[in-house]
Amino acid sequence: MKPFDYVRAESREDALRADGRVIAGGTNLLDLMKLEVETPDRLIDVTRLDLREITRQENSLRIGALVSNADLAADETVRRDYPVLSRALLAGASAQLRNKATTGGNLMQRTRCPYFYDTTQPCNKREPGTGCQAMEGFNRILAILGTSDKCIATHPSDMAVAMRALDARVEIESPTGETRMLTLDEFYLLPGDTPEKETVLEPGELITAVHLPEPPKGKQAYRKVRDRASYAFALVSVGAVIDVQGGKIAAASLAFGGLGPRPWRNADVEEALVGETPSDAVFDKAADVLLADAKGFGANDFKIPLTRRVLKAVLSDLTGVSQ
Amino acid sequence: MKITLSVNGEERSLDVDPRTTLLDALRDHLDMTGSKKGCDHGQCGACTMLVNGRRINSCLALAVMHEGDEVTTIEGLGEPGALSPLQKAFVRHDGYQCGYCTPGQIVSAKAMIAEFSNGWPSYVSDDLEAAPDFSEAEIKERMSGNLCRCSAYPGICAAIKDAAPEEGLNEREAAE
Amino acid sequence: MTEHLKMDEVQPRLLDETGQGAITRPMDRPEGPLKVSGRATYAAEYKAANMAFGVMVRAGITKGGYSIDESSVKDMDGFLGVWTDHMIRNSAQGMMDTNPVQLGQRVQYLGQPIAVVAAETFEQARHIANRLKVDYSPEDGDVDPETASQVDQSVALDQGDLEQAMKDAEFTVDSTYTTKPHNSAPMEPHASLAEWDGEKLTLHGSYQMLKYNKNELADSLDMDADDIRILAPYVGGGFGSKLGIAAEAVGAAVAAKALKRPVRVVMSRQNVFEMVVRRTETRQRVRLAADKDGRLTGLGHDNRQSNLPDEGFSEPVTLATHFLYGGENRRYEQEVARVHRMAAGSVRAPGEAVGMLALENAMDELAETVGIDPIDLRVRNIPEIHPESGKQYSSRSLAQCLKEGAASFGWDQRKGPKERREGEWYVGMGVAAAARTNILMESKARVTLNPDGTALVETDMTDIGTGTYAILGQIAAEMLGLDPSKVTVDLGDTDLPAGSGSGGSWGAASAGSSVFLGAKAIRAKLAERLGCEPSALRLQDGMATGGNNRRPLAELMEGPIAEEGHIEPGDMSDEMQQAGYGAHFAEVAVNSVTGEVRVRRTLSAMAAGRILNEKTAASQVHGGMIWGIGTALHEAIEHDPRTGHVVNNDLAEYHVPVHLDVPQLDVMFIEERDDHANPMQVKGIGELGLAGAGAAVTNAIYNACGVRVRDYPATPDRIFPHL
Repeated sequence: MKPFDYVRAESREDALRADGRVIAGGTNLLDLMKLEVETPDRLIDVTRLDLREITRQENSLRIGALVSNADLAADETVRRDYPVLSRALLAGASAQLRNKATTGGNLMQRTRCPYFYDTTQPCNKREPGTGCQAMEGFNRILAILGTSDKCIATHPSDMAVAMRALDARVEIESPTGETRMLTLDEFYLLPGDTPEKETVLEPGELITAVHLPEPPKGKQAYRKVRDRASYAFALVSVGAVIDVQGGKIAAASLAFGGLGPRPWRNADVEEALVGETPSDAVFDKAADVLLADAKGFGANDFKIPLTRRVLKAVLSDLTGVSQ
Repeated sequence: MKITLSVNGEERSLDVDPRTTLLDALRDHLDMTGSKKGCDHGQCGACTMLVNGRRINSCLALAVMHEGDEVTTIEGLGEPGALSPLQKAFVRHDGYQCGYCTPGQIVSAKAMIAEFSNGWPSYVSDDLEAAPDFSEAEIKERMSGNLCRCSAYPGICAAIKDAAPEEGLNEREAAE
Repeated sequence: MTEHLKMDEVQPRLLDETGQGAITRPMDRPEGPLKVSGRATYAAEYKAANMAFGVMVRAGITKGGYSIDESSVKDMDGFLGVWTDHMIRNSAQGMMDTNPVQLGQRVQYLGQPIAVVAAETFEQARHIANRLKVDYSPEDGDVDPETASQVDQSVALDQGDLEQAMKDAEFTVDSTYTTKPHNSAPMEPHASLAEWDGEKLTLHGSYQMLKYNKNELADSLDMDADDIRILAPYVGGGFGSKLGIAAEAVGAAVAAKALKRPVRVVMSRQNVFEMVVRRTETRQRVRLAADKDGRLTGLGHDNRQSNLPDEGFSEPVTLATHFLYGGENRRYEQEVARVHRMAAGSVRAPGEAVGMLALENAMDELAETVGIDPIDLRVRNIPEIHPESGKQYSSRSLAQCLKEGAASFGWDQRKGPKERREGEWYVGMGVAAAARTNILMESKARVTLNPDGTALVETDMTDIGTGTYAILGQIAAEMLGLDPSKVTVDLGDTDLPAGSGSGGSWGAASAGSSVFLGAKAIRAKLAERLGCEPSALRLQDGMATGGNNRRPLAELMEGPIAEEGHIEPGDMSDEMQQAGYGAHFAEVAVNSVTGEVRVRRTLSAMAAGRILNEKTAASQVHGGMIWGIGTALHEAIEHDPRTGHVVNNDLAEYHVPVHLDVPQLDVMFIEERDDHANPMQVKGIGELGLAGAGAAVTNAIYNACGVRVRDYPATPDRIFPHL
């Protein structure tokens, strides 16, 4: 770990003024700093800021950026109105990590790509221009959607998948005190030619909260497939909200983990479902749309058929159609 | 940097490198080696401590970020001759073999019982809103952040079940 | 005085006569209170005045020369030095007793230890190790075992004509299985604190076999072994990875000598994944030829594995295949590909852990082909005599384990593939036999009986979690007629009599026998003082009875009586085929959508001679079964196809089982005595629990859903495409 200046922000103004890397739970940042994948010169400790509240606002639930994953998962409103989020959080990491990891920090998690983690290996995300070792290397856990010829990393978060399905928006405060609100699709960038840039967050900006809109109608589910029963990252996960009215799918919201460089959502998939009478054929069509551009890199090819199976099973569960 | 921690109820002042983890601060600066370093990356749970009552991986915590915090370690739960109910149950049920992950398992279990008593759901809870059953599946899911390579899992689970009533299972804490 | 026994003949069952009741019973571990309170001291818990911190530096290339640029780090905060002297390429193999390969300024795999840095603090040392500039001159090297240019071939056995037997057979199986490499992953990373006093080195280390480790370290450092003392009272798991001296011990010793101050080096978890030893990957072909009743007429078991050039170890894949089942025509071929991947060596149950997966899967396939129950098939293929050597078997309760286990498990409820479904899950049962060669090793211990009715056991034997503290105390207590709480056991110090070390499941039998013999010599003295024959002596609860006398121990003793016990293997090892046996049963559920597997319950019926402590023995079997679950379902080291390095070098991506992977596990012990094994009639159990365990799981997967997984581990992607 490279030496750094440590700044304890006592106020939001302190945090916004200081020029450096924000640390809250630190569960991913310190992990990467020990390996010197991350080498910040200054750490701004924001854990003393007043961002730990979950508050019901008009038309939304505001989750402070420092609310721990554990507290968020256990929150009674979230459990009742946004069970997909509670389930996703509980599917992630371990109890110890969930106690430490924060809402804002979870959004900023970096990929688990093993080549990103190993500083002896080239990696365009860690050192732009050095190449991607994962494409022809061990890529079992890596992406099949949204990749570029520079990077095939996946975003590892479970929480963000559920938030994506719930149309969450990220509240960001700039050093000048302005606040902007972004959907997760706006917040996350695809790798393209600059895989090192993962979000639109500008230097000096601070995630202050995540807002969930009114609880969606319909049923919610989070399903995660992983290599061991617990404490493992997703091979594939699906966060879903489906509303069936009068025998037809009235609304559908689907987000996926383990597939892409950001929690993946494709409006066309939902369009393929809405207005339809749920059936195996309709589910297959939705999967076709989702996976039309999917590309495997060898060891992760299996994610394509697995995603289809999991998506169909989730849709079956939520619509009451047996496969 | 100079910091002060409350460790097992005692104020401790120490001077640490900002890079020093809470785990290393206790092990190397305060000579409290009960908490173990198994991976140093939050992947095994051997370093589990309670900070302000919550279980965390102390290897992924900077000591300087915990100024003023209340830290509880395995040393604070009991000692030979005056073991806590959980510690005794681990001995009785052979809930360990080499013993290296054991402090983490026990501290983690202590917090797990409290989380459970406060009605927190888990990944295996069927109903997110109902009070969870203190079942084996619930115990195992909630303890899955503590690896044991000797694989004493059956004994650990039995020990936790056995000791939980004495450790305050279902005594809901006042809301924070 | 020393009581010496070379195990050349069957010994009387003295432990059936003693009657104290200390042995066999499920006693709590005496060191338990220290372990559960965080007071047990593992290597990295030791600290010395003025101690510096060392960190290992890993190679960043697969093969070639290197030189370090000290100037790149010498001005960094806290820098004390960087050394490449004496670097060992990988850990010593078990009982190597000499230095591992030392290459000088050469790299043979990515991740190899190439230097040690020392600094005033750990944080400084870690940063310096990261920043040290190393100049490499890379060369090409083979990394793929399937295409490697250098392959050492050997035919271990060619008996009869297997090809012909396969042609003539009524039923055959010819299947190829692959297993991925495994890491021992003990929870305690390797750690050493080195302190020099002139030419004398004291090392607090985390090692399994101290008498060998001392010699290995001495050789690696070009010094006299008599000048080394190793201390390892508590070892946080080994599983083979701490059999031989590892890089951090050499690094700590080199740095401490140069700095003239103590140095502690602790491997990072990533170091443990790279610098020690892995279990090799294997490709195994099993051929079974059977007559119309399923009786084997031929058996072939070939394997291909890999290791570094000049590394002597090879995984003994066919260890159990030799003696478990009959069949006159037999052939075993082995290929070891020389590749630039980290070294391969012993990981818990070397040989059986992977060899029995293939063998026991093939037996399951044969049972299906023949159309008989897998238990019947196994029972009818238990040979009268060793099918290769013609030796007699010592105790062998295999059939009993299979039959009694089946009855207890509810095997008669087993259905066919996809016949039992619960919601999304297919449910099925599987069985596999277990066998693990039993070994006795030379071992010494000193036993001291004090007039106050306490006793002391001293040996350099280690307790790596296996229960050594408990069972050695129990043996001494049983022999001396004391409550086990009166016995203190001191372990893990090379200044004490040299024990067998922990490995190969021989620790309890070997170190235990030396304690037994030391105590037996004390009994002889007490008998003499009491005026009776040793055979007439009865010791119980501090009282000695013999002839017509009954007296408290204290009255017989003027002072402490200390005797050394010394056991050596003898003719019994050569004359008799000795092994522990068992049967593993597993019930699993396979998800019909995703192919995820959950083990629901297991039963292990084990026959391992006299059980010394039913509690610690059961824990060993639990451990074995859970390793079997991990091996079957998710443990796999992944090597990069171009560089050969371990890609998933941490515990987030190398998936050892977690709590939720493990259901309740049942263990039953079949009552047994092995008169040929040692004077206590015990056999090893630590690895028996793993032998075949994974195969029971994969056989259950087949029974559940009809998917035969031949490429381990059975991750979802290996199953769902076939559902």
